[in-house]
Amino acid sequence: MLRLHLYPLRQPGYIDRVDWSSLSPLEGQRLREFGICEGASIEALHRGGLLGRGPLACRVGRMTIAMRRSHAAAIHVRSGPDQVPQ
Amino acid sequence: MTAIPLVALVGNPNAGKSALFNALTGARQKLGNYPGVTVERKSGRLSFADGRPVELVDLPGTYSLDPTSPDEQVTRDVILGRQAGERLPDALVIVVDASNLDNHLRFALELIALGLPTVVALNMVDLATRDGLELDAESLSRELGVPVIATVAVRKRGLDLLRQALDGLLDGNVRRLRPSQPDVAFDMRRAEATRIARAAIVTETPSRRLTAAVDRVVLHPVAGLAVLLALLFVMFQAVYAWSEAPIALIEGWAAAASDAASAGLPDGIVRSFVVDGVINGVGSVVVFLPQILILFLFILMLEATGYMTRAAFMMDGLMARVGLSGRAFIPLLSSFACAVPGIMATRTISDPKDRLTTILIAPLMTCSARLPVYAVIIGAFIPARSVGPGIGLQGLVLFLLYVLGIVGALAAALLLRLTVTKGQSSGFLMEMPKYQWPRLRDVLIGLWQRAVIFLKRAGTIIFASTVILWLCLSFPKPPAGSTMSPVDYSIAGRIAGGLNVVMEPIGFNRDISLALIPAMAAREVAVSALATVYSIEAGDDEAALERSLGDRLQGRWSLPTALAFLAWFVFAPQCISTIAVTRRETNGWRWPLFMVIYLFALAYAAAGITFWTATAAGL
Repeated sequence: MLRLHLYPLRQPGYIDRVDWSSLSPLEGQRLREFGICEGASIEALHRGGLLGRGPLACRVGRMTIAMRRSHAAAIHVRSGPDQVPQ
Repeated sequence: MTAIPLVALVGNPNAGKSALFNALTGARQKLGNYPGVTVERKSGRLSFADGRPVELVDLPGTYSLDPTSPDEQVTRDVILGRQAGERLPDALVIVVDASNLDNHLRFALELIALGLPTVVALNMVDLATRDGLELDAESLSRELGVPVIATVAVRKRGLDLLRQALDGLLDGNVRRLRPSQPDVAFDMRRAEATRIARAAIVTETPSRRLTAAVDRVVLHPVAGLAVLLALLFVMFQAVYAWSEAPIALIEGWAAAASDAASAGLPDGIVRSFVVDGVINGVGSVVVFLPQILILFLFILMLEATGYMTRAAFMMDGLMARVGLSGRAFIPLLSSFACAVPGIMATRTISDPKDRLTTILIAPLMTCSARLPVYAVIIGAFIPARSVGPGIGLQGLVLFLLYVLGIVGALAAALLLRLTVTKGQSSGFLMEMPKYQWPRLRDVLIGLWQRAVIFLKRAGTIIFASTVILWLCLSFPKPPAGSTMSPVDYSIAGRIAGGLNVVMEPIGFNRDISLALIPAMAAREVAVSALATVYSIEAGDDEAALERSLGDRLQGRWSLPTALAFLAWFVFAPQCISTIAVTRRETNGWRWPLFMVIYLFALAYAAAGITFWTATAAGL
């Protein structure tokens, strides 16, 4: 298991755990609205910035979202398929 | 008589709401503001088959009824019937993106739970198909308990069915909302949305090939930056290169109007008013309409294709260094067209300090109103020669002026973030929509609205300032035998003489001081003001009158003065509309006043440094 900002690019995984307490309430709300939740499928796609210090673009479900490394660091990702309860 | 039914168009950002709104209402749109807030109210009419009208209002996109920014708040308040100046809608059209169903259905479920008559537009089904997704609208309708119509707004598919479904919902009964249940919790709704979305999916292949392929290039740290810079460079070159022919056409019309007025009116005060004040003054500004529209064309296209959020992604690293986020890049890029919509676009920034900093630096982005000023000075003082393949010196200087504005803005943001808007920077969280071809019709509607706004400005603010300036320049007339020029003797000349004491050290002359006063209304007035001053000074000298403004400037200004004038306009906050919108957006005079003072200080310093350096360099 790795945190999202360290997770290899273009390798689908699923969200194991989110440290909601390390995010501000507003950030937490927006991430939930984007579909970030325990069990959702996620894939890191692109890292921005010339030295890789920029934001991260990732796919959540069928959406692409951009977030900063600090947000990505709160998301723990496990390799494997989508685990949203059916 | 009962009011015509009100239907609200609501949905997540990037669901294709605006395209659907344009497709349903065509050009019959009204732009306004909600009272007390600056969120734009966009409404239009659509008619049922029997001709009955319905008012459709396009609400800002949002992810839930739990707002995080001012425009999302308006959406919630309208839907709950709490927005001042708006009645409770009689029905909702919920727009969902077919290829992002589980996410958009969660908000749809929240809206359906309110109990208003509702129809769901399953939009962009063509793009979903392109992405390998087949959906069953009927099964979706059964699950949601409301009609679901598959639409492709940009191809006008499904619009008749959508109108029919709406017609069936509007039965004239008074609506009442069900008590909202904000805590029926988010997670339960999400699980329900996922279940319904999965049930509606007939086939699915995990493919977003086009978007993924383009993103690999445009989000690449090196290639992506090169693409962004190249796009901006092409945009600024195009502003010059593509506008030559239409500008010549407008100049031709203005000259013809001027000749006709000169021939048709007896020599005297009326002719001077019409020719010097109205035609030369207003005409010298209207001539920049093509350049302004080209700039807006690029910005509208970048937004419509979905590239704008990629640009924000590329810029986030840089913006973070000055305490802002990539999100601020979008209002700032819009400010290249005009700071007013740019400042209004900061409403999507949820962090108040981020938002305030963005508002304060937005006027530093080179807006289209500066183009007339830059174009005249560059045209007169910078030789039109090539400095490389496809690169003209004039275009290059223009590009450098834009860069100076950007660098100034970033430095200002950094300083502001360390002082007056000190605080923790909020993060950068943004949805990146899939790419689509911009639809000509939507771009044309956008351009048309901008052209009308610009011409209205030319017809009102610019016309009024030009006329007042003409009056102040024309009276009182010097007595016969006076050695003073008519301009020096006039009221305006005397005021400018006073101001000139302060402006002279930075290389400005009396004419510039004179032009700067009415240019407080709008920057481009500086050009019409100079045109009016030189037109009145030329008097009856036919040869002088026939020379263009650029030619007249060349004879009167030194190169250091011209460069200092350019540097002044990079920073000076000379625009009443920007100051007014800042006051509205920040709820008071404190911040607009601060903005005016710091920007004038910067303008004075920049003009001074430019003038002294250029003089020392022997230019």
